[in-house]
Amino acid sequence: MNASIAGALLLVARKLLTAIVQLLVVATLIFSVMYIMPGDPVLLLLGADSNPSPEAIASMRSQLGLDQPVLSQYFVWLWNALHLDFGKSLTNGYPVANYVMQNLPRTLELAFAAIIIAALIGVPLGIAAALKRGSTRDTVLTSIATIGISVPVYIMGTLLVLFFSLKLGWLPASGYTDISRNMLEHFRKLALPALALGFGLAASIARMTRSSMLEILGRDFVRALRAKGMPERRIIWQHVLRNAAIPIVTIIGLQLGNLMGGTVLVEAMFNWPGLSTLLVGAVSARNYPLVQGAMLAIAAAFILINLVVELLYSLLDPRIRRKRS
Amino acid sequence: MIPEAILRASRNQPSFLASIVLLVAVIFIGVFGNWLAPQDPFLLNPQTVNQSSSAAHWLGTDEFGRDLLSRLLIGVQPTLLVAIGATVIAGIFGTMIGIAGAYGRPLIAFLIMRSVDIMLSFPPILLALLAVGFWESGIFSLAVVIGVLYIPHFARVAHAATLQVSRMEFMEAEHAMGASARRVVFTAILPNILSPLVVQATLTVAAAILLESGLSFLGLGIVPPEPSWGQMIGTARGYLGQNPMYVIWPSLLLALTVLAINVVGDRLRDILDPRLREE
Amino acid sequence: MLEVRNLSIAFKTSTGLKSAVRNIDFTIEPGAILGLVGESGSGKTITSLGVMGLLPPNAVVTSGEVLVDGIDILKLPPGDLRKLRGRHIAMIFQDPMASLDPIFTCGDQIAEAILLHEPIGRANARRKARELLEKVLIPDPDRAMRSYPHELSGGQCQRIMIAMAVACRPRIIIADEPTTALDVTVQKQVLELLRELNEEVGAAILLITHDLGVIYEVADRVVVMYAGDKMEEASTADLFAAPQSDYSRALIDSMPSLGREAERLPVIERDPSGRVRSVRPEPRPRPTSAGPVPPEGDRPLLEIRDLCKSYWVKPSPLAMPVEMRAVDRVSLSVAPRTTLGLVGESGCGKSTLSRAVIRLYKPDSGQILFKGEDIAALSDKEMRPFRREIAMVFQNPYGSLNPRQTVAQLIEAPMVIFADGDAIKRRGRVLSLLEAVGLSATAAQKYPHEFSGGQRQRIAIARALALNPSLVICDEAVSALDVSVQAQVLNLLKDLQAEFELTYLFISHDLSVVEHVSDTVAVMQKGRIVEYGSAAEIFGNPREPYTRILLDAVPTVGSMRGGKVAT
Repeated sequence: MNASIAGALLLVARKLLTAIVQLLVVATLIFSVMYIMPGDPVLLLLGADSNPSPEAIASMRSQLGLDQPVLSQYFVWLWNALHLDFGKSLTNGYPVANYVMQNLPRTLELAFAAIIIAALIGVPLGIAAALKRGSTRDTVLTSIATIGISVPVYIMGTLLVLFFSLKLGWLPASGYTDISRNMLEHFRKLALPALALGFGLAASIARMTRSSMLEILGRDFVRALRAKGMPERRIIWQHVLRNAAIPIVTIIGLQLGNLMGGTVLVEAMFNWPGLSTLLVGAVSARNYPLVQGAMLAIAAAFILINLVVELLYSLLDPRIRRKRS
Repeated sequence: MIPEAILRASRNQPSFLASIVLLVAVIFIGVFGNWLAPQDPFLLNPQTVNQSSSAAHWLGTDEFGRDLLSRLLIGVQPTLLVAIGATVIAGIFGTMIGIAGAYGRPLIAFLIMRSVDIMLSFPPILLALLAVGFWESGIFSLAVVIGVLYIPHFARVAHAATLQVSRMEFMEAEHAMGASARRVVFTAILPNILSPLVVQATLTVAAAILLESGLSFLGLGIVPPEPSWGQMIGTARGYLGQNPMYVIWPSLLLALTVLAINVVGDRLRDILDPRLREE
Repeated sequence: MLEVRNLSIAFKTSTGLKSAVRNIDFTIEPGAILGLVGESGSGKTITSLGVMGLLPPNAVVTSGEVLVDGIDILKLPPGDLRKLRGRHIAMIFQDPMASLDPIFTCGDQIAEAILLHEPIGRANARRKARELLEKVLIPDPDRAMRSYPHELSGGQCQRIMIAMAVACRPRIIIADEPTTALDVTVQKQVLELLRELNEEVGAAILLITHDLGVIYEVADRVVVMYAGDKMEEASTADLFAAPQSDYSRALIDSMPSLGREAERLPVIERDPSGRVRSVRPEPRPRPTSAGPVPPEGDRPLLEIRDLCKSYWVKPSPLAMPVEMRAVDRVSLSVAPRTTLGLVGESGCGKSTLSRAVIRLYKPDSGQILFKGEDIAALSDKEMRPFRREIAMVFQNPYGSLNPRQTVAQLIEAPMVIFADGDAIKRRGRVLSLLEAVGLSATAAQKYPHEFSGGQRQRIAIARALALNPSLVICDEAVSALDVSVQAQVLNLLKDLQAEFELTYLFISHDLSVVEHVSDTVAVMQKGRIVEYGSAAEIFGNPREPYTRILLDAVPTVGSMRGGKVAT
């Protein structure tokens, strides 16, 4: 018993270590990409057109720490990032961390809203299709799901806007209102982007749920349960669904992780001021510290969500929780 | 073997047959779009701005009064070039990397697959955005950027398939006969992982079309006045009130094309799945 | 009591119904065990699923009745049939581990099976489950209650399946190849358990198997099936003493059996009218072109000295890896043109040893002397010339041939790899090899999936012979084949040994097969050779206890038909 608790702790520790290493590598990549990318931040900062004097450039360089050797710049950057200090925005001098902390919750909120919508629609439909494999119901549901994964999110969003805000006038077409200012307005503005993201995801979750269910339904132990005289309904609810839940939960978790940067099109078209909006703006303004900060936040959120998913997965599956001793 | 399987599969499968027909038509338009366009797709006409369907302009006009049908027809080519170019790049390099990750020396294999994992931790659209944000955009660079971004996806499929093949006894047989690594890769591994790669290629074409159109939608892809479907949808969004059909036509064509590719991909997966084929 | 009357089952195909089994009749009295035996494709499994009412969706019963205590269950509505299952009819499956739900503990699963038919409360059901586990003689029943299926061995899982099957004291138990996935010593224990428990439960047992030995050990009566038809029904004693149908006789004859010596095994053939008969082929004459048999050399062709190979395995995902000696100081030698049989249960290290000899693995220490030269530590490049001399035939005829190559490409592969001869010469060689292994020349352009298991193994043998090797390693080369096909391949191996002057290292878990082919025998257990000597010595007068246990566990068929006297 004790051994299995110690084992579980060790498992958590190992996964945590892997995640930290992964994050470190990603951070290094983000730092180095900024050096590979064209454009000199100093010139941008001083305004390339104003023909800055060499002295001004040199002083700005040392002010930004760019006159240091690359390796020491890297360690300073990493050390600061560890303390959630991503430097200052080149355009206005505000700390990057403030921007990230302001926009991260908005992306998280949108992503969670979308994934909840997607799971609530996708999982039941996937189960319904799998239980009647080959029937008309199955054909109709799988066809809808195939159409669902084929419609790009911005077309889905445009159609939703066309219908719900232009035709019916029920929901605002875009924008963001802070929850503290007006809660109702906040959720009314969340509705369309979350639905646009959620519908496409629902289709892919439905497809995955269906195939996981079919895989489990084909296993030997289901036949053995039938041979024991267990009612079909109970076989499905008690055994098949619990087995299928393991891959389904994993897939939903991975989708959530992908949304950390995958909301970019929806954020853009609905003017949702999340992380990707921050990143897109920073890229076009060549605002390097902001690009680094936003990318790091997206990667960290992705890695963290994946870590939670993996831990959940090993908790759900006794085959991983307890290897043969 | 594959064409024969397609013929067999299209029996009792009207959706599959329809998808094939649609894709052939799309490719045809992609090649001959410039000749098929009934009017000059770049001709500005202030008199006919944002019109709906008429005898002169079957599908209406855009915000500069250009003929929509003509622009839709010539808009296929850049999308197809980007998608196919990207898939070829992703396919060739992804397959090489995936096989090396499964069959190479342990240390190299480990490093390769860890890098693939890390690349997979960023959504492709985000990296594409970064790349086109810093570099110039165009058909060639879009194809390269999107292709590079889908290398890890291909690599993962090739890797898993190679691992599966590596467990087969005929791989041991090749080694026991003293086969060179070259022979093992080209006669034992590649022919046997072709099926999942073909399926992955169709998925990548669909994903690349979505990615290109997404970037163009944001105004970061195909550069105007050259049209592409995604870019037209992005522009049309500003005229939803005046001319709703402006956004509907390119959306419909884009969604139908991707749908057709997905239907074909699903069927190919069923046909090529060795578990189903054994009997 | 179970009565099956005139049962016919067909598969639905696009071209209409395709008959799978026709007019099967049998009756099982309470407490009796009826064996249903046949080779693959005989329809025995589909019959058992039909009896259980668990046919796959593409199969239908076209006629007949299945009477359980006089009630035709084929006519019962699904709800009533379900209530019969588990309580009246229980089933034991081939793959015990896959037949248990992986995410529930074994204790919960047994209790659940009890509660399905006897509402006695959770605590009582668990108590009863534990009693059942004691009854099926599982070591440490409390631990087994708490364990998940993957934490137990295959034999233990099968005991749990048996515990569940007998839990509600069913009238009928259907056991579908219950021991096929198990080692021979475990198989014996499980069969004994089934038999003993049934003396108490008194169910009518339908035992489906391909293994005549299993039938011989436990069945009271036997039904022999072939290609969907019932060939014969008899008491077990009668069947083995005097089989009535030609097919049964041929089937029994083609089985190599402990203590029955024969240079050639009889094989089953069908004459043009479709009747099956047993033929004992003559050994092929040695081709005169082969020249005189060279005198026996004193030097062994292959000599293994103190060979070791370890794996580092983690007992749990987080523990420190521990050394597992798969091959532990093994010494052996094989004289030219003889066969060394290497026998042992699964996991004993025999496959690792064979793969070390052909240098798919590098051994940790020790020597492998081939024609006097040590190849144990050679680099891949230095090893290359020896790969011409050593060839291997693998276990799985479906997996060992690259499905994307034609038979000609497969067979000429060793010649291509060693750049041996030009295309014309290789083509000629392929044709002569096809002839040598008994395949027609038209086979050359076909792909492996167009052949049966036995034919594929012939292709694999032809490939092994392409470069005229002197040593051929056969790793379980016949164990995936049906008995009658196995007999053909064994005969072929013997013919080829004479014709091509081959030396075999023949690895098998099947003692009867090893006795049939071997000149010398090595018995392997946990990485070590426990007994090593001439075949006659080891099978006639085994010295080591483990060898005796192995020999005792083999179901022996031939003993009533001469040869060894039953003890």
